Amino acid sequence: MGNFEQKINKFMEIFLEQNGYVKVVEGLQNTLMIAVVGLIVGILIGTLIATVRVLPKYKRLPRILNGICSFYVALFRGTPMVVQLLVFYYVLLPIMGIRTSGEVVAMAVFGLNSGAYISEIMRSGIQSVDAGQLEAGRAVGLSFSVSMVKIVIPQAVKNILPTLGNEFISLIKETSIVSFVGAADLYVAFSYIGSNSYEFMVPYLVMALIYIVLVLIISLLVKLLERSLKKSDRRN
Amino acid sequence: MIDVINLKKDFNHVQVLKDINVTVNKGDIMVVLGPSGSGKSTFLRCLNCMEDPTGGSIIFNGVDIADMKVDINIHRRHMGMVFQHFNLFNNKTVIQNIMMAPVHVKCQELSQAKRKNFVTKVKNVFSSQKKELLPITTTKAQIREEAKVQALDLLKRIGLEDKADVYPSTLSGGQKQRVAIVRSLAMNPDVILFDEPTSALDPEMVGEVLDLMKALAKEGMTMIIVTHEMGFAKEVANRILFMDEGRILEDSTPKEFFENPKTPRAKEFLSKVLS
Repeated sequence: MGNFEQKINKFMEIFLEQNGYVKVVEGLQNTLMIAVVGLIVGILIGTLIATVRVLPKYKRLPRILNGICSFYVALFRGTPMVVQLLVFYYVLLPIMGIRTSGEVVAMAVFGLNSGAYISEIMRSGIQSVDAGQLEAGRAVGLSFSVSMVKIVIPQAVKNILPTLGNEFISLIKETSIVSFVGAADLYVAFSYIGSNSYEFMVPYLVMALIYIVLVLIISLLVKLLERSLKKSDRRN
Repeated sequence: MIDVINLKKDFNHVQVLKDINVTVNKGDIMVVLGPSGSGKSTFLRCLNCMEDPTGGSIIFNGVDIADMKVDINIHRRHMGMVFQHFNLFNNKTVIQNIMMAPVHVKCQELSQAKRKNFVTKVKNVFSSQKKELLPITTTKAQIREEAKVQALDLLKRIGLEDKADVYPSTLSGGQKQRVAIVRSLAMNPDVILFDEPTSALDPEMVGEVLDLMKALAKEGMTMIIVTHEMGFAKEVANRILFMDEGRILEDSTPKEFFENPKTPRAKEFLSKVLS
């Protein structure tokens, strides 16, 4: 056990005295920033795509838009996120002549990627509302959009919100790959500590702990949210 | 009031309705009977274009509502519909369910009038000919208040005024269906379409719903009803449509239909359901 104590001491030395904690705080900030921005962008894109996908498809324009959206979703769900990051950073951006930091690229890719997933979450959330609700709205003379906004979507939100929480959790965990494009996240911070102390056991253990704590806090919040949504169900 | 002319409906090249021709007059209480799969529900749902007809026309109050260019929402407001599974809005209380459509429609008309008035005012500034403004006599709060009074009246009528502020999930099936019926009444429709209104109910609750429908019939409401309640059809209807395989085989009075069916198919159907 003396060996382990030594390792902890080494870790603490770098963590406290050689600015290790600054790196960790920065990494944590970046990790959270990428996940939060990714979620927000994802919700925006997801809402847009989900809207297109639930529109009635009598006319040509919605059909074309629907085709584009299915292609988008297939593209982003059909390739690993690492590949998307690499393609963006090393292929698309140089072609377009844009130079930007890895963090920005990571936020963009996380947003685009989670947009594809979130659109599916929203679509299935909307479609899980009984079709009779929309029909009843239409039958009393409300338009498609009014029936959707006032009747279907408020019911769909109850299905969607908890799943969005889970999407946020998986985004946080996925951020551990952003060092592929040079973004400094938690992994980079702890690798720095590890390579300066020639000792990786403790840093990576601490990193794992931080991730677990983050995820536990968020899943607790999701659970509380779910419970409060159910409460209004019971009152119903 | 409703003229159905050569109505056709296909689902993926399967003809469900083949050349339906029928006229519904004001005050008619028409019961549509037929074996399952005969197209009765599809026929009813085509009448307010919940299913878009593949061909033919539906002339409702002088307008062909089967025409896709017509704004169907305006015409549906004069055509109530009651569903087999009630379809009350789950996220609204009972009274909100009833108020929703009238309040929305009237508020929409109000804002439209306000918008038009604004445009006329701006135009009046620049032109010598002053145009008159549309009269605006209500406010949104007033509309809501009136709708609430009306909704409470309707709830009183079905004896559920104490349930005004509860959500539909706490009601029994019969209560839900009665609320659904008064919800369609709130728009003062010219006709109400009933799509198997008692089929999803406990036998115990069928009576309360049928009683409400009978009361409506007595008041002269035009009703088109798809149902399996033969007793109700005999007692309340003034016309029976018998459908099979997408066609209307008989269109007669209940007395004639039940005592003296003309087609063999109707005879067979009656012998099965009345035995």
